[in-house]
Amino acid sequence: MGGIPHDKYEPKTKPEKWLHSRLPIVGLIYDTIMIPTPKNLNWMWIWGIVLAFTLVVQIVTGIILAMHYTPNVNMAFQSVEHIMRNVNGGWLLRYVHMNGATLFFIAVYLHIFRGLYYGSYKAPREVTWIIGMLIYLAMMATGFLGYVLPWGQMSFWGATVITGLFGAIPGIGESIQAWLLGGPSVDNATLNRFFSLHYLLPFVIVALVALHIWAFHTTGNSNPTGVEVRRGSKAEAEKDTLPFWPYFVIKDLYALVVVLVVFAAVVGFMPNFFGEPDNYIMADPLKTPAEIVPQWYYLPFYAILRAFTDDVWAVQFASFISGGIIDAKFFGVVAMFGSIFVMALVPWLDTSKVRSGRFRPAFRFFFWILAFDFMFLMWLGARPAYEPYSTFALIGSTYWFAYFLIILPLLGVFERPQTPPDTIEADFDSHYPPKPAE
Amino acid sequence: MSHAEDKGSRRDFLYVATASTGAVALGAAVWPLVDQMNASADVQALASKEVDISNIEVGTQLTVKWLGKPVFFRHRTDEEIEASRNTPLEDLKDPTSQNNTKWESDASDVNRALDEDGKWLVMIGVCTHLGCIPLGGASGDFGGWFCPCHGSHYDTAGRIRKGPAPLNLLVPDAAFLSDTVIKLG
Repeated sequence: MGGIPHDKYEPKTKPEKWLHSRLPIVGLIYDTIMIPTPKNLNWMWIWGIVLAFTLVVQIVTGIILAMHYTPNVNMAFQSVEHIMRNVNGGWLLRYVHMNGATLFFIAVYLHIFRGLYYGSYKAPREVTWIIGMLIYLAMMATGFLGYVLPWGQMSFWGATVITGLFGAIPGIGESIQAWLLGGPSVDNATLNRFFSLHYLLPFVIVALVALHIWAFHTTGNSNPTGVEVRRGSKAEAEKDTLPFWPYFVIKDLYALVVVLVVFAAVVGFMPNFFGEPDNYIMADPLKTPAEIVPQWYYLPFYAILRAFTDDVWAVQFASFISGGIIDAKFFGVVAMFGSIFVMALVPWLDTSKVRSGRFRPAFRFFFWILAFDFMFLMWLGARPAYEPYSTFALIGSTYWFAYFLIILPLLGVFERPQTPPDTIEADFDSHYPPKPAE
Repeated sequence: MSHAEDKGSRRDFLYVATASTGAVALGAAVWPLVDQMNASADVQALASKEVDISNIEVGTQLTVKWLGKPVFFRHRTDEEIEASRNTPLEDLKDPTSQNNTKWESDASDVNRALDEDGKWLVMIGVCTHLGCIPLGGASGDFGGWFCPCHGSHYDTAGRIRKGPAPLNLLVPDAAFLSDTVIKLG
């Protein structure tokens, strides 16, 4: 693997040679963990490891929780309480799993915005980016399915609202919704299949993560300067890189420990901080909670979903040209999925020749507005749907689309970027000047 | 036609025939995997339900669960009936009655209420936006129902007046069996 020249695995002993000629798995592992990694990676490059670790934690705790959980409308809520009160250490496992989802999404958002800032998505890493977006979508689906399982009020009504999104598709929407739910409303059939799919999807994510890693091991890592590793010879490449093992493993483990200290504090002292009290009330199909608030990690997109109401000219225009087939409800759904779709297209929307935001002053200005916009939309998603929040949400949503569809394509043409250093080595040496030879 | 071409087209036919048979077989094999997710027989068994309304006081509402969804039985006050009947049809966002027993009729109060006097209003209590249950008790800006999820306001005849919901609350198949019993379905 990998386009950067480096030492390859050579089987030396007889058993090694025997295995290598039949299944070169040791070589695969060796080449993967010895990959030459740009030596100027900063602390924003640790989130990949945090994500991989969190995925393992979620799968392990999830498999254990499934041993004690019952996916039936009459027993699901009690079985979760059973885990919390009776199962040995069950409260810990559940709180780790619950807050593990939050850690997962904090890490993925930092990982994505790292990529957006440093232009990691640009050629030749478009496939890595697209696979990453697929992983993100699969994570959102898994998180949603999992949130339904405790069968609390928010579980039930969240499921009702989100499956209602599919009902908004003109014509066939209602039959799709009934097919997803297995009946006219969220009920036992729904809970059962959600449990099955919640168990399945993480393994799909594992497969996608393998592809994600394979893709960026083929192109090599991006780095904060956006300058490619020199590949003329092994000696040249070694001036820009260090092997992943042991250098970056040690660095990533240190970062992981710091992250886990904070995580342990949240699990231990404020395990329900990111949850909703209403989810400790058993689901009641005849009573909607006063306010349905999705999990925090969906809020920016939830705000975009709600922003497009009947009185928005874009909605009225779409309704007019489609002869009324596209209504505000469907428009909102399209906008929500579209907001992630435009992000997936960013490798082709960003026209700048310079990769890293570090050398693009005008880009940095708009990037930080986008980062602020994301937090702003997150805040708005948890507010009730009336003025002035509705107008704010519309402004925030508009900026999200404008950034990807207008600002990035034009910036590449009009912006005058600074000159990046010639090599990664030059960048590294300017931060850490080499000691004079003794 | 030459002999070679003849042979070629014969082979092409076999390719197409094999691929078509394979596609049909694949479709037939996949269909049960898709169809199992549709409503099962017990869910589908459309139960009709008889509801006793003799205990519903004027100005109150009974909510009954039917087919997994709440159904509102509202015993309306004279003011509510009047407010609804005096609403000009131009003010309505959804101009159709959404009444399962009166297709293609306009959304006038008479077309939505169950009886001629308009005392009884029977509706599926599911917001037409994203499926939440609107709050009753003369709530919202129009004295009818208000959906807390995304702020849809329904008037005293359950018609959408303000907010993101596109349609009036749906009126199901319902009929009086006697003065005090209404049959759903």
